[in-house]
Amino acid sequence: MTGEITPVLSVKDVVKTFPAVRALDGVTLDIRRGEVHALLGENGAGKSTLMKILAGMFTPDSGSITLDGREVAPKSPLEAKALGIVLIHQELSLVEELTVAENVFLGALPRRSFGFVDWNALHRQTAEILRRLNCDFAPTSIVGDLSIARKQMVEIARALTVDAKVVIFDEPTASLTDQEKLVLFDIIADLKAAGVGIVYISHRMEEIFRISDRITVLRDGAYRGTLDTAATSEAEVTRLMIGRSLDYSRNTETVAAGAIVLETRGLSCGDLFQDVSFSVRAGEVVGFSGLIGAGRSELAETLFGLRRPTAGAILIDGAEVSVETPTNAIRHGISLVPESRKEQGLVLGMNCRDNITLPQIDALRRGPFLSPAAELDIYDSYQKRLSIRSPGWRQLVRNLSGGNQQKIVIGKWLAMKPRLLIVDEPTRGIDVGSKAEIHNLIRELARGGYAVIVISSEMPEILHVSDRIVTMYHGRVMREFTAAEANEDSLVQAISGLN
Amino acid sequence: MSDIKNNSFVRWLSRNPIWGFVVIVFVFFSFAADHFFALQNVENILVQASTIGLIALGLTLVMINGNIDLSVGAILALAATVTVDMQGWETLAFLGDWVLLVAVLAGLLCGTLLGGLNGLIVWKTGVDSFIVTLGAMLGIRGLVFVYTREQSFYASSFAYSDFGSSSIGPLPTLAVLFIACAIVIHVLLSRTVHGRNTYAVGGNREAAVNAGIRVGPHMVVNFMIGGFFAALAGLALSTQMGASTPNMGREYELWTITAIVLGGTKLTGGSGSIVGTLGGVLAISILRNGMNLMQVPSFYVLVVLGVILIAVLALDKHLNRRTAQEPAL
Amino acid sequence: MDKAATDGWSVRQILAQQGILIAFVLAMLVFGLFSDRFLAFDNIMAVLRQTGIVGVMAIGVTIVVIGGNLDLSVGSMLSMATVLVVDLHDRIGPGPAILIMFCAVLAAGAINGVLVGYLRLNSLIVTLGMLSALQGITLIYTDGKNVDIANQSDTWFAIFGRGDIAGIPTPIVMFFGVAVLGHVLLTRMPFGRKVYATGGNPRTAVYSGIRRGRIVFLTYLISAFTVGCSALILGSRVMGSQNNVGQGYELLVLSAVILGGTSLLGGSGNILKTVIGVLILGFIQNGLLLLGFPYYAQWLVTWVVIILTVWLDVASKRHSLWSPIA
Repeated sequence: MTGEITPVLSVKDVVKTFPAVRALDGVTLDIRRGEVHALLGENGAGKSTLMKILAGMFTPDSGSITLDGREVAPKSPLEAKALGIVLIHQELSLVEELTVAENVFLGALPRRSFGFVDWNALHRQTAEILRRLNCDFAPTSIVGDLSIARKQMVEIARALTVDAKVVIFDEPTASLTDQEKLVLFDIIADLKAAGVGIVYISHRMEEIFRISDRITVLRDGAYRGTLDTAATSEAEVTRLMIGRSLDYSRNTETVAAGAIVLETRGLSCGDLFQDVSFSVRAGEVVGFSGLIGAGRSELAETLFGLRRPTAGAILIDGAEVSVETPTNAIRHGISLVPESRKEQGLVLGMNCRDNITLPQIDALRRGPFLSPAAELDIYDSYQKRLSIRSPGWRQLVRNLSGGNQQKIVIGKWLAMKPRLLIVDEPTRGIDVGSKAEIHNLIRELARGGYAVIVISSEMPEILHVSDRIVTMYHGRVMREFTAAEANEDSLVQAISGLN
Repeated sequence: MSDIKNNSFVRWLSRNPIWGFVVIVFVFFSFAADHFFALQNVENILVQASTIGLIALGLTLVMINGNIDLSVGAILALAATVTVDMQGWETLAFLGDWVLLVAVLAGLLCGTLLGGLNGLIVWKTGVDSFIVTLGAMLGIRGLVFVYTREQSFYASSFAYSDFGSSSIGPLPTLAVLFIACAIVIHVLLSRTVHGRNTYAVGGNREAAVNAGIRVGPHMVVNFMIGGFFAALAGLALSTQMGASTPNMGREYELWTITAIVLGGTKLTGGSGSIVGTLGGVLAISILRNGMNLMQVPSFYVLVVLGVILIAVLALDKHLNRRTAQEPAL
Repeated sequence: MDKAATDGWSVRQILAQQGILIAFVLAMLVFGLFSDRFLAFDNIMAVLRQTGIVGVMAIGVTIVVIGGNLDLSVGSMLSMATVLVVDLHDRIGPGPAILIMFCAVLAAGAINGVLVGYLRLNSLIVTLGMLSALQGITLIYTDGKNVDIANQSDTWFAIFGRGDIAGIPTPIVMFFGVAVLGHVLLTRMPFGRKVYATGGNPRTAVYSGIRRGRIVFLTYLISAFTVGCSALILGSRVMGSQNNVGQGYELLVLSAVILGGTSLLGGSGNILKTVIGVLILGFIQNGLLLLGFPYYAQWLVTWVVIILTVWLDVASKRHSLWSPIA
């Protein structure tokens, strides 16, 4: 059946390696004319690498891309666009100070003589495109004044300035309201009717089942299969996506949970999260599950003194405390391994030792001077304990692999000997081996009497490491599960707001 | 509802708050200083503003691009020196009065080429424009000192020094020149492809590259425009003095950047306008002129300006504070 | 072949990392070859003595820049400090004059520090505004006049610019003393580590419990302190002061810091290299003069040297000589 329909775009055996990571390992994909082809996979599965290859931002190591029967190798986004492959970024690539029309025709403004912009042509052509998209703003609006959803429309409008053959949407609905989503789906339907091939990348199952014709799943950089949407189910797709390997079993360890270390009562922070009450005991891992924007990271930042709560109380060992600064939080025995290791966790230009000892540098003194011996002791013991693979302590953290970088961040905070360790997305974007090591470490910490909070968007990870699971949706706690009663279905329901 | 005209005026003012400040100081000095509110004095202000103003026109483009040019003061001095000196060259005597034209063109060419050189270095080496032009600022000033042997030059052509005090109709020529150039650059920035790309390159360089704008040559052109206007400002200043001094234009880069930042251009690039820059230049000139007329020693202007600059920055930060998506660091 | 290629690269890397040192040695050799006076002991001491003023301030500014900020106000702060200490010398005696001068510069530094550190305003603009304001304040204080010290021969104040300590000219002692202090502070004390972290990644610093605002504030105090030290040397050497005596010093200082390889982005840099940067500027000036070039030819050479040094540094980091911008 596939043989009868010639695809507009086919990707064959594409391989792309980065230092230390094989991002794509022989991926094959067909996009047909007039179909919506969903591309699914967890963070780090290789979706974005594949897209960037299609859009000319990366060149593949091997493999081929065929567009309309002709082999192509776009070397820049501009070249890809000229060929008819357009990528709609998740991070918008707009110029805030310019008008909608100027953004839509960026780099290709219609000219009159002497280099003047032909405003009439520009506004006419833009208005035409905006009409096709049912946009409610004018070509002359300043992009910086528009809402995020409208900015996205501008980005889509840009795709329509060329004769697009394939349009790639990267998480297009991440910041859209329901109303705006409907408009987007209409646009996608229009493009589809016009014979354009559409690649649709999203985490949201219900959208994918609603608009896609076929679904391709990637995992760990490898192609896992393509399914007809009409003939499959969420369960089947999920299985392909997250698989079931042995080390991803559900946590069955029974804990002898100790005393309550941290408790919150009705904790709120503006419109980020409201009325959050939960507790963590010594020797227990509490998982926080929820979608991006559910308020989990913001909750962690509040517990660590980076944000001020607007209501509610934080109790440590049963006594109410105020955690106003990170220094304060550290004094109360709280450590936070933040969500983004490169932006919040590490100083990339510093060496391994200095990164690990940074939060306690004031204590590592002999008289007024730093004690290199004490620093090295700490580095050595955590390097061993976490098996950090680094040529030595002098190595700049920038040069380590993602997994080892993450271990440095974890080591940095374990070295503080905290009573409560909060880890936010502990395994994002790191290799499978390091992942397993970090999961084991988290369990081991609980056994050693630490109270641990794990925040993760990966459901198997949450199920694998947690003793209890708190689910959040739109800034509110939905339900709490014990490890025994939780399963993927019930979790998905809770984090999607269905109680 | 409230009428649209009023609304759009409010919006315009909120985009160019410096003009509100200009009006306030203008009104203030009109009452506080004798002789301030007079056509003659307004002309004076414009002539005084023309030097910093001309530099600011070019530098605004460079800064909207997300770059900076610290060498404009030195370029100003070099262009003025070359132009004033060439008028007296024996070898060019055969040109008669045309020597003036040749000298002026040579001066402007110097500025444009040095601007281009800065731009080329920024483009090709990828070294930050702050460092490149800091080097050039020293180097070009050194060139001026070596060239002049630390002496002042006097214009040998009377036509040249007369130009500085001449008028077109009721208006001083230099004021007319400044306003005409401001209009040209405003049109360039707001109506031409190059001008619109200037915002794109400064506002989102990656998007500009992906859209096929050739960022490197684009930046070089703006550096050349910056150099040209610095040179033009040098000529304007030397026609007023009838001479060039090796120290002229020193610290003008600081004054100009102050004016441009007051006018709402961000150091990070991507935003700014000639209208705003004009407001910034006028604000500085009016303050200087008005305080001078009130017999306040000129030193106080320096303090007032420093304070205003920092206050504007603080105010801007306060007003444009992003909503609390990021934890306060 | 492959090996040769990597060897070629490592040579380039050595060039890039130690480029400033190599440039320094080369410059010394060239000047030494062409001028027989250049490498004479007296000449070297003379150069070192002259570089003290820029050198001491360059140490302070290096610390500010490593913390991720700029300080353009050091030049006019130097004017203010020198004028103050010289003017007050005759009125209230050298000791109190020095005390008041240090109070004044530290106050100015504290204002910079509050605005940049705690209010998180752009350091370029803040210190530019401070440059202008301090210039004005100095002129107001002196009423546009120059100041000097009457009894130049019998005041112990002379020791800073004209005297020597254990046979070594005081400016040299102060320059190297401040450099050693700065180096110890940056590399051997917790504060230094926090400065590097704050400049390298301010968010990580905050997420690590470092009080970013306070660190930045302190770097500006240090910078102001070094300006005070330079003012002692300058005032004592001249025994008088023009009210714009520090004009342009911010650029020489910044040039020396940049020559030393400190990145304006913050988080990297090194006092020892700044010292070499200062010395290079000093010896270029001296060498060119000895070779008969006009005084300001040094600025032309500085231009070329600055761009080449930074270019080499940038190129080695991106592994290609030319920038990838189209």
